[in-house]
Amino acid sequence: MRRVLNLACRLVLALFAAGLVLYFSGYSPLAAYKAMIWGAVSSWDGIAQTLVQATPLIFTGLAVALANNCGVFNIGAEGQLYLGAMAAAVLAAYLPPLPHLLHVIIALCGGALFGGLWALIAAWLKIKADANEVIITIMLNSIGTLLCAYLANYTFKAPGPVPQTPTIHSSAALSRLGQGAQFSSALFVGLFFVLVVWFLLYHTKLGYDLKVVGSNPRAAAAAGINVPQMIGLTLLLSGALAGLGGAGQILGLHGRYIDGFSPGYGFDGVAVAILGGNSPLGVLFSALLFGLMRAGGMILDRTTNVPVDFVIIIQAAIILFVSAPELLKTLKINWKKGGVKHARTVADK
Amino acid sequence: MLEQWLTSDAAYIIIGLISSMLRMATPLGLAAFGAVYSERAGVVNLGLEGLMLVGAFFGVLGSFLTGNPWTGVVFSLIAGGVMALILAIFTLKFKANHVVSGVALNLLGQGITAVLLVAIWGNRGKSPDVAGIYPVYIPGLSDIPVIGEIFFRQSPFFYMMIAIMIISWFVFYRTKWGLRLRAIGENPAAVDSLGIQVFVYKYLAVVLGGMFAGLGGACLSLGELSMFSRNMVSGRGYIAVAATILGNWNPVGVVLASLLFGLTSAIEMNLQLYGWPTQFVQMLPYIVTILVLGGFVRKVSPPKAVGKHFDRSDTYV
Repeated sequence: MRRVLNLACRLVLALFAAGLVLYFSGYSPLAAYKAMIWGAVSSWDGIAQTLVQATPLIFTGLAVALANNCGVFNIGAEGQLYLGAMAAAVLAAYLPPLPHLLHVIIALCGGALFGGLWALIAAWLKIKADANEVIITIMLNSIGTLLCAYLANYTFKAPGPVPQTPTIHSSAALSRLGQGAQFSSALFVGLFFVLVVWFLLYHTKLGYDLKVVGSNPRAAAAAGINVPQMIGLTLLLSGALAGLGGAGQILGLHGRYIDGFSPGYGFDGVAVAILGGNSPLGVLFSALLFGLMRAGGMILDRTTNVPVDFVIIIQAAIILFVSAPELLKTLKINWKKGGVKHARTVADK
Repeated sequence: MLEQWLTSDAAYIIIGLISSMLRMATPLGLAAFGAVYSERAGVVNLGLEGLMLVGAFFGVLGSFLTGNPWTGVVFSLIAGGVMALILAIFTLKFKANHVVSGVALNLLGQGITAVLLVAIWGNRGKSPDVAGIYPVYIPGLSDIPVIGEIFFRQSPFFYMMIAIMIISWFVFYRTKWGLRLRAIGENPAAVDSLGIQVFVYKYLAVVLGGMFAGLGGACLSLGELSMFSRNMVSGRGYIAVAATILGNWNPVGVVLASLLFGLTSAIEMNLQLYGWPTQFVQMLPYIVTILVLGGFVRKVSPPKAVGKHFDRSDTYV
């Protein structure tokens, strides 16, 4: 309970800080927040859009969170997502039409495999040369994005001026739900993997070992856990989750690989995982919250003159305020047993 | 013989290539100084992309407001410094994870510049054209054949990069402040035990580094395009991170690394001209960095205490 309160307090501070930026840019933050939230929840379209926006974030959030549990910072979800998307798009368009479910599963598995292998490069270098996985995965992001750009521009390019792959076979499409709504069963794949990761982390020996490595690698090694193997496996699974996210976007939303289709889902995954406290259910919650803000932000963009990029500022503020352990201590916000005690209220500042 | 060669096509292409290599290297080198200062003092700075973006934006804003591009340069220095101060406060005071804060800084730069672009100029894509900073022909020197053409007809930002490189090298390796700064990145507790204000050095280094990265951004906006366009830094911040590593956190090293990556950009521009695929050339800086970190090329050694939190109260327990 205290943890939730603590998180809520940080969230409010982050929204306040982002609002300040908006205020100094000459907009009304309250009106903007109201338009955003109201726009995202007041209509079926808004809710559907929230779910559409949340879907890739569930995957990338899970990817980052799983790695964080093992003490590995996978900041490369963006590249893994691109690789997974490309693999799925190619399998879905170039294989002959197969029975529906089979084709979907093959394409998803391809996406997971390539995302996972891409992350495995970082694991290999980390284990072999003790290379910092943060820098390696950042570099792999750029390489992966460029590689996919090349493939979409040349190797697998569909005829026409746009760098994109051919349309996927309908047998590989994740079915759309509802009429006119853009969200697809990719969302349910995401929910399924929330449960999978939850089960893995809290109900299996593997998950337990993984967390031991994350909290204390030396103790883990002393207890007989093969730490390098665990790091490799974690990054493989983490990359696979990000790759699945990319595959889901292609099979469920775009119907083909389009160059530059991700506006930074991988980096958003970092924010989602941090706000979700690196737990799968937390990730689900924060992905939905970010999805809501994105959906609301798009409505804000259409109805007012506040650009959708405002949401990025909120995201940055959330990352900063949630990931700073000594923030509340410094601001003298303390919790005593049985309630919230503000030594100095937030409003005073 | 030489004169004959100088008028040939090959000479024309090579001189053009080297000259644009220097031009493309300048923003990278300036931004990489940002990471060098910050990380020598023990603070990981992955926010170069965001710092460059605000530098680029406020540089144009300053020029727009006053009509003088050099005011823009001052604006970009201030903007970069203030953004870096956010990084410093969160990592040093609030003990946030350095990498995470860097990611946030990049997002912040992207969001703030996009929102301000609309707020100030009502345009989602780009700012109006402003007075920019153009290449300077250094009198006398610029007339030297080849050398003059390559080195002495560059943007003032290039000369600034060279000046900062020399001064930084001198400060780092020939003054007591530089020695202290480097020692703080290796072992802050030891420096603290000598009664030196570790945190003052850390804050100053991060903010100064942010100012250099901001300058790198202004080099792109004021020095290249004379305007700001959305997300114009487009990954150069990450190349600068790569240059920092390849340059082994040394001011001279990072300029050399930036030159190498500037060359790949220059080649890429030429390929684009002929309609050839550029993606693989664009990958080179990142691949080189991975090879270096994987121990395949040369050994680099980051400051030992980089990314670690330092707390005086832990030291004397």
